Amino acid sequence: MSRLGPLFETLRAENRRAVIPYLVAGDPDEALTVPLMHSLVGAGADIIEVGVPFSDPMSEGPTIQKGHERALEGGTSLLSTLALVKQFRETNVETPLVLMGYANPLERKGYAAVADACAEAGIDGLITVDLPPEEVAAMNAELQRQNIDNIFLISPTTSDERVATITAQASGFIYYVALKGVTGAGHLDTDAVEAHLATIRQHTSLPVAVGFGIKDADTAATVAGCADAVVVGSALVDLVANDLISGGSHTSAISGAHSLISSIRNGVNLATSN
Amino acid sequence: MTIDINPDLYAQVPDEHGRFGIYGGKFVAETLMSALAELESLYNDLKDDPAFLREFDLDLAHYVGRPSPLYEAARWSDMIGGGRIYLKREDLNHTGAHKVNNTIGQALLAKYMGKKRVIAETGAGQHGVASATVAARLGLECHVFMGEEDVRRQALNVYRMKLLGAEVIPVTSGSKTLKDAMNEALRDWVTNVDNTFYIIGTVAGPHPYPMLVRDFQSVIGREARAQSLAMTGKLPDALVACVGGGSNAIGLFHPFLSDNEVAMYGVEAGGKGVETGEHAAPLSAGIPGVLHGNRTYLMQDENGQIMHTHSVSAGLDYPGVGPEHAWLKDIGRVNYVDATDTEALAAFHRVTRVEGIMPALETAHALAYAEKLAAEMTPDQHVIVNLSGRGDKDILTVAEIDGIDLGAR
Repeated sequence: MSRLGPLFETLRAENRRAVIPYLVAGDPDEALTVPLMHSLVGAGADIIEVGVPFSDPMSEGPTIQKGHERALEGGTSLLSTLALVKQFRETNVETPLVLMGYANPLERKGYAAVADACAEAGIDGLITVDLPPEEVAAMNAELQRQNIDNIFLISPTTSDERVATITAQASGFIYYVALKGVTGAGHLDTDAVEAHLATIRQHTSLPVAVGFGIKDADTAATVAGCADAVVVGSALVDLVANDLISGGSHTSAISGAHSLISSIRNGVNLATSN
Repeated sequence: MTIDINPDLYAQVPDEHGRFGIYGGKFVAETLMSALAELESLYNDLKDDPAFLREFDLDLAHYVGRPSPLYEAARWSDMIGGGRIYLKREDLNHTGAHKVNNTIGQALLAKYMGKKRVIAETGAGQHGVASATVAARLGLECHVFMGEEDVRRQALNVYRMKLLGAEVIPVTSGSKTLKDAMNEALRDWVTNVDNTFYIIGTVAGPHPYPMLVRDFQSVIGREARAQSLAMTGKLPDALVACVGGGSNAIGLFHPFLSDNEVAMYGVEAGGKGVETGEHAAPLSAGIPGVLHGNRTYLMQDENGQIMHTHSVSAGLDYPGVGPEHAWLKDIGRVNYVDATDTEALAAFHRVTRVEGIMPALETAHALAYAEKLAAEMTPDQHVIVNLSGRGDKDILTVAEIDGIDLGAR
């Protein structure tokens, strides 16, 4: 059973917003991933989005692309990502985990096998960037069989009609892509985000997470004013990469990530405390 | 080989979901779905509209220079001593390749949509040049994404694009070739989707691109069919075309698909030999998967990662192939074969010396296979090869391989 539904119920009851950090599994090596995930939870992450490395990550900006490339150089795959998830689950059975990636690695293994392996590893939801509702039926059936949530993206260009189609198939939460572009790009127009979220909420009672363009505590706090969750991706991937490139150790990368997510956690809490 | 396939089948693909059997589709990020729907709806309105078709045909006639000739390569055929080889001279089109047929069509669509900015990906640079050309003519801002490796090996085309006023953006991610250029073009499109038209250069990508590029390129086969009947009194016994993404091949094949007596051969890039793994022949050695918006045969590893490809020709150096080709392979209508770098280079030199026609290295793959095929045919039979592009752009590459320093770089 997915942990996402119960988590968001608790958060709603407490008027809290979720913080969702994103990392690429195996970036820059597999030894960092599990300790980093535990540290993010310690810093106040409610859910972790685990990126599955892919050779052609078409929706990612340069920062996350490089994360994928580093992970692939170390040989990380869908299966080794799930092995890391299993390792994380040895000491954490509560934090929901969501895989985010692209269709081809899933297709290669077969949707049924992927759903089984995700369930066994303790995955709660999947976001597949290039499986829009038109192409997702086969995978959705397998995920439902294993009670894994299928999390859809909605973007600023999604029509009202499509929002209705998407929300009808979605579960777990909705991921609203806050800007037209790739991950890590541009500046958020928070008024526009607020207006789009209002439209989405007319169609669904599912929680709505907002991602793409959230870089720090301030942007996170602003978005938390209207969203149920904020996703932080490029800022975290960048920080880990810079720390390691500049000769840092895993320990310093972990502590840097811990401070970033702590400060975002505080920003989000402040935004909802008054 | 006898083909027994219902001739009505080909008009039924793609279906309303953009699928050719299990291939094709729309595997893109949500942000692009509305732009694809808009394009699909516009194209469905225009594709049978007499005014639109007239505008397209007039441009092909007066700007591109169509119809392109069908030429009997008499001396080369005599040397081989088998079937007769006819060349469909797409190299004589304005800008020197078949690519312009499609960019003329898509530029018209951009004009109807009121988009002022166009983007394109390119491998050999021919599609980039053809896009920059139509953009110059219509006064559109043009950005061409090109792998850094291809920028190096196709320096002449890069400069041509710049002269035409396009901005060429070298792509440094991944394998620095065509697939990465397409990734980067998709990233640009997702960012600038409101004012930008993406001119995809081949019969791949998300629906409706494989369909509309096929339709624009089918002028090649329609002309060749009529020319063959006029010149020889019959249809050709076989068609041969090179296949990277597959737009020149689909353009030649499509109007003949219902003619079961016409055999078809799509020639992929065998690189250093398909058995070495260093090639770009997904139909010969790939596995179906999802990349760049469509399901098709892909060169991929056991984890679903797209593999690096190798070909002497930048335009064939791509790990995927148009979804209609994937389907035509599965139903057995088209034979997909390969020619190696070495075979292609030999054919390049031979046709240049024997016919005075210098083919593009992409095209040379088709010529290499046609030579083998013609040798097994009788003099009363004939094969049409799509001479998809001219080879001027490849002179530096060929000189480098032959160890000749032209002092150009």
